[in-house]
Amino acid sequence: MIKTERLTKRYDTLTAVDNVSFEARPGEVLGFLGPNGAGKTTTMRMIAGFIAPSEGTASICGHDIEREPLAAKTLLGYLPEGAPSYGEMSVRGFLEFIADLRGLAGAVRRTRLQHVIERLALGAVAAQTIDTLSKGFRRRVGIAQAILHDPPVLILDEPTDGLDPNQKHEVRTLINEMAADKTIVVSTHILEEVAAVCTRAIIIAHGRIVADDSPQGLTARSRYHNAVSLRLERAEQFAAARAALAALPQVDSVEADEAGLRLTALPRTGAQLLADVNALAARSGLALQALELESGRLDEVFRSITT
Amino acid sequence: MSHVATITKRELAGYFATPVAYVFILIFLLLASAFTFYLGGFYERGQADLAPFFNFHPWLYLFLIPAISMRLWAEERKSGSVELLLTQPVTLWQAVLGKFFAAWAFTALALALTFPVWITVNYLGSPDNGVILAAYIGSLLMAGAFLAIGSCMSALTRNQVVAFILAVVVCFAFLLAGFPLVLDAFRAWAPQPLIDAIASLSFLTHFESIAKGVLDARDLLYFALTMAFFLIATAIVLDVRKSE
Repeated sequence: MIKTERLTKRYDTLTAVDNVSFEARPGEVLGFLGPNGAGKTTTMRMIAGFIAPSEGTASICGHDIEREPLAAKTLLGYLPEGAPSYGEMSVRGFLEFIADLRGLAGAVRRTRLQHVIERLALGAVAAQTIDTLSKGFRRRVGIAQAILHDPPVLILDEPTDGLDPNQKHEVRTLINEMAADKTIVVSTHILEEVAAVCTRAIIIAHGRIVADDSPQGLTARSRYHNAVSLRLERAEQFAAARAALAALPQVDSVEADEAGLRLTALPRTGAQLLADVNALAARSGLALQALELESGRLDEVFRSITT
Repeated sequence: MSHVATITKRELAGYFATPVAYVFILIFLLLASAFTFYLGGFYERGQADLAPFFNFHPWLYLFLIPAISMRLWAEERKSGSVELLLTQPVTLWQAVLGKFFAAWAFTALALALTFPVWITVNYLGSPDNGVILAAYIGSLLMAGAFLAIGSCMSALTRNQVVAFILAVVVCFAFLLAGFPLVLDAFRAWAPQPLIDAIASLSFLTHFESIAKGVLDARDLLYFALTMAFFLIATAIVLDVRKSE
């Protein structure tokens, strides 16, 4: 469990993090979202005990990070931004070093090392120097380091940055697998990540929390929530279809993409459009290539609340 | 305590992961011999002791120790690994000491590899080996004090070159603290007790008697306190600047 209370970090004139309070519980994967420079990394660093807050507190499973730093850090697995490591070491050597710092010994040390090397597919490069690895491998070494001691709380700062789509999928599967009994915070600016792994998302802008909701709740804030998009087959029907959609009583406005022959009807607040649009298409003989109900666009929500 | 050992071990292995360690040791040995046999007039003096060898150590350390210490923290801060290290369950102290001991152990190794000089003097004559041992211990202590200064300077910056230059300048000031070059800067305005205090900080004065084989508790304490002071300073500087 992670708890922060009025966490604040001020630099000379800049308030990087401003009164951030939240709680994350076991079983939760909390996405920490925000534009670059919004204060995500500063918040992560304060929770992980790397920098001291100007005001407020953070605790890991009840251990205050400033008053009981060792107890808190023992329960925490942390992937710092950019996944730093010691470049001159081999992957295995580096993980063994972390295992020693984490106090792992004997059979537990062996099985945990083997587990993370297998789980993050590092076997082939275990003997290689970290400096010689690709960005994707280095990121995975960083994740391996963070989960090595099987911590109950995990903070991952941009875990999928620099990974290819397959590797991203792998890491997300890993996070989902671990989610059942751990508290996980994932900081990211990749929005698809939120839908893929998070049970809850906090959006932060200019150091303040501006939204704290489930991914579904966030997409429901989109003006595209419950909008209906259709793609026409024949260009000559475009103008008529557009006018007919706009005339529907429940439609608030219509967005048109003439080149793609695509029309999007946005509903009035709370209205359901799909049946009406479907009926309209049948009535006026529109030849449709596609008809879809939108759940909402996260990128649009993100833009509207962070700018 | 075991964390200090873990960090020391990793750090020490890091020195030998690149050719830097070997190049350093080679240069250290070459310079130490050159100073002893050419500048020190080891043969010409006709005395069975290692005074010409030890007398040059302060000057040798002035440039070579900052070369070891410059990467201690500057590199960790530049690569960001300092964040990884300090979010493990280790205290800042364990990290500062672990890295310092690694650098010191490495210096001790370089110093130990000067043993052919000792063999030479024993082959040529019959020196007082107790004096030589005392001088070795003193030299190692002085190296520790230089390293602690270098550690602090390295914590100040992310740039190794800046760390090197700062360390050379501060070490130079400490080396010559008892000499007019440094004292004249204070004579004009500082009260006499302060000038005396500064003069008593000189590495050279404290090393002089040790190099003659006199292990005075005051000299040993002086180097120990210098080390402690600059290691505490390292921790304070890191605590303030680690994330910048």
